[in-house]
Amino acid sequence: MESWVVSNVVVALIVVGVAGLAWFGLRDRMWSQALGELWCRRRYSVLVIAFYVAVALLDSISWVGGMEAQSDTVARYKAQSILDRLFADTRERSYSAPFADREFYGGAALQRPGSHVLGTDIIGRDVFYLSLKGARVALLIGGLTSLIAIPLALLFGVSAGYFGGRTDDLVFFVMSTLASMPGLLLLIALIMVMGKSTLAVCLALAVTSWVGFCRVSRGETLKLRELEYVCAARALGVSELRIIFRHVLPNLMHLVIITGVLMFSGLVLSEVVLSWLGIGVDGSWGQMIDQARNELSREPIIWWNISAAGSALFGVILAVNFVGDAVRDILDPQTLRQGE
Amino acid sequence: MLAYVIRRLAYGVVVVFGVLLFLFLLFFMMTNPDDVARKALGERVPPEVIEQWKVNHGYDKPLFPSSSNLTDNMLFEHYRRMLTFDFGRSDADDTLIMTRIREGMGPSLALTVPLFILSLGVAIPFALLVAFFRETYIDRTGVVLSVLAMSVSILLYIIGAQYLIGKLLRWFPISGFDFDPQLVVRFLALPLLVGVMSGIGGNVRFYRTVFLEESNRDYVRTARAKGCGEARLMSHHVFRNSLIPLLTQVVLAIPFLFTGSLLLESFFGIPGLGAITVDAINGNDFSTLRTMVYIGSLLFIIGQILTDLSYGLVDPRVRLE
Repeated sequence: MESWVVSNVVVALIVVGVAGLAWFGLRDRMWSQALGELWCRRRYSVLVIAFYVAVALLDSISWVGGMEAQSDTVARYKAQSILDRLFADTRERSYSAPFADREFYGGAALQRPGSHVLGTDIIGRDVFYLSLKGARVALLIGGLTSLIAIPLALLFGVSAGYFGGRTDDLVFFVMSTLASMPGLLLLIALIMVMGKSTLAVCLALAVTSWVGFCRVSRGETLKLRELEYVCAARALGVSELRIIFRHVLPNLMHLVIITGVLMFSGLVLSEVVLSWLGIGVDGSWGQMIDQARNELSREPIIWWNISAAGSALFGVILAVNFVGDAVRDILDPQTLRQGE
Repeated sequence: MLAYVIRRLAYGVVVVFGVLLFLFLLFFMMTNPDDVARKALGERVPPEVIEQWKVNHGYDKPLFPSSSNLTDNMLFEHYRRMLTFDFGRSDADDTLIMTRIREGMGPSLALTVPLFILSLGVAIPFALLVAFFRETYIDRTGVVLSVLAMSVSILLYIIGAQYLIGKLLRWFPISGFDFDPQLVVRFLALPLLVGVMSGIGGNVRFYRTVFLEESNRDYVRTARAKGCGEARLMSHHVFRNSLIPLLTQVVLAIPFLFTGSLLLESFFGIPGLGAITVDAINGNDFSTLRTMVYIGSLLFIIGQILTDLSYGLVDPRVRLE
């Protein structure tokens, strides 16, 4: 099977999974109330995030063909997403300012005058298009890393808290070892050793970010283990695994949601630093900012590149931070404050 | 008390051994020394040269100890060198790592110590102010501003400050460093400004939560009932008792003053430990990188032990057992 088919299937599975979770969540009274309150408190932030997700989805569904009219011959044989198709044939030769009809240096006429809302970059790519494409990369970094880190943290945290003894000692030792290494350096060392790729970056980010949540889930499990209904279940002879899945894990779900949202902005911001070191993910806003860095020393300066990437990044991080605060206040006003 | 100190120190040593094991896994088992040698010497060197380089840098031995040789292997060598602070030579340019660390320590401290004091000096008064006016518009504006400040990437702060203040307004030099007392202030102005700005959002929010938590305690209500003024309540009751959680954060941050700041140093041309690390990353210098990770973890572990011990010293309610 071709790789673009696989990636479409993965995207479809993720959408179905999220929709399914949302459906189950809305049937539960507690979750639907929480969602309602979130909508009341942070309507605009939620809408902004929804916009970024929609753009990312437009950029995730891709197929080959249907581009025969394009002048770019490579595009005819490569899988092109819906977003790519919307911006097909917008390539110019070099820099042009927003809404300009001439090139920025030299002043040659553009192929599509006035159509580049945010101008074009050094090799003539539309900056608006590139900024939109960054949304998918950012969501990929945040999402994939959380998908690796949170289950890992839950596995170790819950087993350490629930079983105690040797397991707890071992998990605690691994946690304190990982936590004592400087985060950014460990991240860089991991990526340098694993090689540069999106998966390597996400894995490295996961390794450096699971410890915090592991500690929280271990502490919560320690508390939950002593509660009456867990005791009752044990007295009735319910198996350990069933107690964990029926009585412990559901009571950690609110922490999972909070951590996921709060982790996201930190992850995307770390990727920007990684991009500056040359080990980021291709097509991210971090790379755009890094490439645009030197353009500020040109005379007259190229300002639209860095402002576009910077604002796109700022917008999503701000929205996620606002939503994260609200989610924490709604779902759990106490537990995570202490560890902050 | 003494028993606790000894146990705490012993656990610290165990964690140091764990960190070293992790570094061994990462840098000796998952990386191929031949690749490192090729990157340092160039692609087209004869195999003998690479073998010689591996001998010089200690990559030629077997990885694990066996029953016949317990000491002549990389695992033992790695532990011996790191624990005796004999870091050897850089993989990229053969300079002694220890000399570079000694040279870089000064500039790093010249940046991080003022940055640390300034950050605290700016964030704590702000947080006190916001906590004093809790549940009012001042509080809400303060929180929104901190979230705004937190949401900007540090890279944008740096680029923005260099462009606006360094290039357009020409108030301070864009980058560079000198120990001359008159010049050092001018050179450090921009990195200090950026450092304080990028941290202020998170810090104010964190300290605010600490202060608010303290001001919900019973003794605060008692003091208020007795007629204590709000300002005095804040300064004498809330602030003093919040010093205990604040101390944890502060003591834990001190070790990292020595490792410097990766971004600030390399952007502003300060030849400190952070800049050395960035050079090591860009030059595939694995031995320097693993030394920096090791030193960072060592300092963190020491800081953690100090925090735990100082907790017992400051707060008489805490018994160290």
